[in-house]
Amino acid sequence: MSYIKPTFVHPQAPRNEVGYLKRDYEGKISTLCAGCGHDSISAAIVQACFEMNIEPHHLAKLSGIGCSSKTPTYFLSNSHGFNSVHGRMPSIATGANLANKELIYLGVSGDGDTASIGMGQFVHVIRRNVNMTYIVMNNGCYGLTKGQDSATADKGSISKPSREATPYEAIDLVGLALELNASFVARSFSGDKSQLIPLLKAAMSHKGFAFIDIISPCVTFNNNKGSTKSYDYVREHISITGAMDYVPEEKAIEVEYAEGSQKDIELFGHSVVHLEKLAPNWNPTDKQSAIDKLQATKRNGQILTGLLYVNPNPRDLHQINHTVDIPLNKLTENHLYPGDGELDKINEGMR
Amino acid sequence: MSGKRRVNDFVIRFANVNGTGSASTNGLFAKSIFRSGVPVSAKNIFPSNIQGLPTWYEVRISDKGYLGRREGIDIMVAVNPQSFQEDLQRILPGGYIIYDNSRPLHDDQKRSDINMIGLPMMLLSMEYFELPRLQQLFKNVIYLGALVALLDIDINIVKHLIEELFATKPKLWPPNFKALEVGYNYAKENYDCPLDTRIEKRDLIGDQIMVEGNEATALGIVYGGATVCAWYPITPSTSVAKAYDKYANKFLIDKDSKKKKFAMVQAEDELAAIGMVIGAGWNGARAFTSTSGAGVSLMNEFIGLAYFAEIPVFLVNVQRGGPSTGMPTRTQQGDIISSAYASHGDTKHILLFPSTPNECFEMSATGLDLADRFQTPIILLSDLDLGMNEHITEPFSWDKNRKYDRGKVLTAEDLDDPNLDWGRYLDIDGDGIPYRTIPGTHPSKGGYFTRGTSRDEYARYTEKGAVYKRNVDRLTRKWNTARKWVPKPEFYQDGYKSNHGLLFFGTTTYAAIEAMDKLQASSSPMDAMRIRAFPFNNEVEDFISQHDEIFVIEQNKDAQMRSLLINELEIHPKKLISILNYDGYPITAQNIIEQIGEHLSIKMISQV
Ligand SMILES: Cc1ncc(C[n+]2csc(CCOP(=O)(O)OP(=O)(O)O)c2C)c(N)n1
Ligand code: SF4
Ligand SMILES: [Mg+2]
Repeated sequence: MSYIKPTFVHPQAPRNEVGYLKRDYEGKISTLCAGCGHDSISAAIVQACFEMNIEPHHLAKLSGIGCSSKTPTYFLSNSHGFNSVHGRMPSIATGANLANKELIYLGVSGDGDTASIGMGQFVHVIRRNVNMTYIVMNNGCYGLTKGQDSATADKGSISKPSREATPYEAIDLVGLALELNASFVARSFSGDKSQLIPLLKAAMSHKGFAFIDIISPCVTFNNNKGSTKSYDYVREHISITGAMDYVPEEKAIEVEYAEGSQKDIELFGHSVVHLEKLAPNWNPTDKQSAIDKLQATKRNGQILTGLLYVNPNPRDLHQINHTVDIPLNKLTENHLYPGDGELDKINEGMR
Repeated sequence: MSGKRRVNDFVIRFANVNGTGSASTNGLFAKSIFRSGVPVSAKNIFPSNIQGLPTWYEVRISDKGYLGRREGIDIMVAVNPQSFQEDLQRILPGGYIIYDNSRPLHDDQKRSDINMIGLPMMLLSMEYFELPRLQQLFKNVIYLGALVALLDIDINIVKHLIEELFATKPKLWPPNFKALEVGYNYAKENYDCPLDTRIEKRDLIGDQIMVEGNEATALGIVYGGATVCAWYPITPSTSVAKAYDKYANKFLIDKDSKKKKFAMVQAEDELAAIGMVIGAGWNGARAFTSTSGAGVSLMNEFIGLAYFAEIPVFLVNVQRGGPSTGMPTRTQQGDIISSAYASHGDTKHILLFPSTPNECFEMSATGLDLADRFQTPIILLSDLDLGMNEHITEPFSWDKNRKYDRGKVLTAEDLDDPNLDWGRYLDIDGDGIPYRTIPGTHPSKGGYFTRGTSRDEYARYTEKGAVYKRNVDRLTRKWNTARKWVPKPEFYQDGYKSNHGLLFFGTTTYAAIEAMDKLQASSSPMDAMRIRAFPFNNEVEDFISQHDEIFVIEQNKDAQMRSLLINELEIHPKKLISILNYDGYPITAQNIIEQIGEHLSIKMISQV
């Protein structure tokens, strides 16, 4: 069997505004199981980056270990990628971001990668507000090691390998991110492209830490009856905060909406997230209302998806650090040499 | 009771209580000897505690320039009632104890074979200072004043030092001078000053400086161009990050915008610290972390990633007593094996062994170059003794035309060359070192996928055995290239004169050099070599092969350097004799001589 992708391009294939074809955003052929939610997310990333006119070399994709963490091979082959170690992508992303604040950082993780082994780094990358998009492809299990329950498996959920209801409380990553004051918090479903693509765009435009928990069923180990992360279950229990659209900077136009039902949130660079049919008593720029809404939905046995909270003007790690405008990785001897005579002064002070 | 005349050749120990402000007073004492032109070394012996436990400051003064530790105390300044008995017993016969006689001693607190010098430190302090807090603080300066008289130190030197110490707070000068004079006058009036054990001014320091190794390391890192520091606090490495913060804020602030040309993160743990360094190194910024053994243990998985994915990392390991939490405030060279082979699988790392602060500076800058050149972790193996104590050392120097060696990094123009057949892990030059690209360099070329899994020359995932093997064999080639690049050993003779050789490294050097002199004086001279890096260069191999027996002197229990030599150079184990010290205190020359003597006589007996 051959895994080489056809290279033929239709002469009429559209190019985006920076001159790239959609194909330029694709990656190698996926080796994940057919139907795996993760592949749909990869496809959404390809689409979002193409439509957002991101130049591939201006984006770095980083991941930990797991089926989910393999996906950066399956999108954006022209971008630098880094498949690091299990649960430690946040620190790699933090360091990379410190070195060059000009790139877009897209971190991909799994629920095992984030909610267990990587929990420490996850909460701290939120705390530091590293300017990046952090995706968890959440299937409630450890796909790559054959389906053991993960810490996001809902209490009572049954997976194929376990055959028993999970007795432990689940960790809700979205609730946690809100609690920690993450500056952008969203949840989505791999099967809902119309929501996922604008969410990804908004997350990548956000100048701060943007978290998207994406429920992404594992067809091999956790798509059975009794699982709360199966396609069927999620489709039946999804509750969408409201239709949303992402409007990039140049296209942002003022539109009037009836109060209470829609909201425009301006992100960094004047891009706008347009939310429609907002649930009553819910304001996505107010953390408390997002928490209330999340908990109320949960009590009703529903899964809330959409943009839950955004702080449109967060201070990212570089702002906190007061880093110079020029990326640190471009500084040379000319910028960093302390100057003639300085060492003599230091020596003198040590005599 | 009169002892041996000991001019500029004695050991004085201060026994204090942690957290009572004694550190700066004791530092003034050592510095005043240095300013008198006399070689001096000072060692903090402190508890893993913030306040209330015994702490000692041991100063060795040596005209001959022997700055390793020496067993036996000639003068004890006993200010800590808690450790008084222990301190009393440590004094060599004929030596001195200077103690607070504000309250009379019990009979069992006296010794007839030493000189007891009572100084009513507390009473004097209460007489001249009102506030209880100041009374406590100035007690220290009072004993310093007494020492100035007893040891014949130039009082103006001490006053100058006080002015420098409080350069921004001249208000503090008069009370300090007063306390100094109170102690000085008391000693003059009550004792025959100076003692037979005392200081005479010399001119033996030249242009040398006195500084802690960690401070020098941090300064070298700034000169070496590191802009990202991620770290997690752990004794004895914490002061590296602290000093980096100080020097970066001094030198790396943009003049116009006042913004920082560096970034520092106190990470959540050592895993995150090294992860950040790897991320930054991968993305083209020079980055470092500093830690101690426990931190290196945590970093292991990531060190393997950096080794295998070939990412520059500069890691400072200031060793302390292990294993586990071990003796956190004592020194050891116990992380040689765990650093050399850190992480699972076939891994090996370049190690640098500084022995002076000057070398900490130089090797840090060089280490950052080597990390870029070899695209791999470089570990600077310092230790608590070097890092946290002040040492006399050559002044720092820097060639202002020195450029960073960024190694093999492709630019956008390089990538545009149509003849370029580039693969991230392709050995184009035959030295095992591939070319790398930094993210963001070129719109369509040079992107690749970095991973800890096996890959081919073009960074494509592979599980093919032959391809995997080709890659790790290239890493061996790279390792062999490094043998020629890392700092060469230092030798202490022209031509070999003995069948026996001494081999040492790092802080063991101080005592080893003194031992060398003693062996020479007892007409059994030995050749000597100081190892400065791993992998071992050819010179190391030659030295060993040209001697019948080598004494490998190191400060750990398991003879780790010896094991490394045997393993890497296939040396017959019988040829390498271990001289070890692992009680947490720096090794002494006497200890070395005794162990060598034991070995040589046992051997002679067994030959009969
Ligand atoms: C240190 C370490 N421990 C264990 C593993 C084995 N391991 C690989 S992936 C994985 C779990 C991945 O789960 P998740 O992040 O949810 O990814 P998924 O496969 O479900 O997408 C584990 C335990 C590892 N690679 N490294
Ligand atoms: S095991 Fe599950 S998570 Fe992994 S590829 Fe298959 S379906 Fe996806
Ligand atoms: Mg999973």
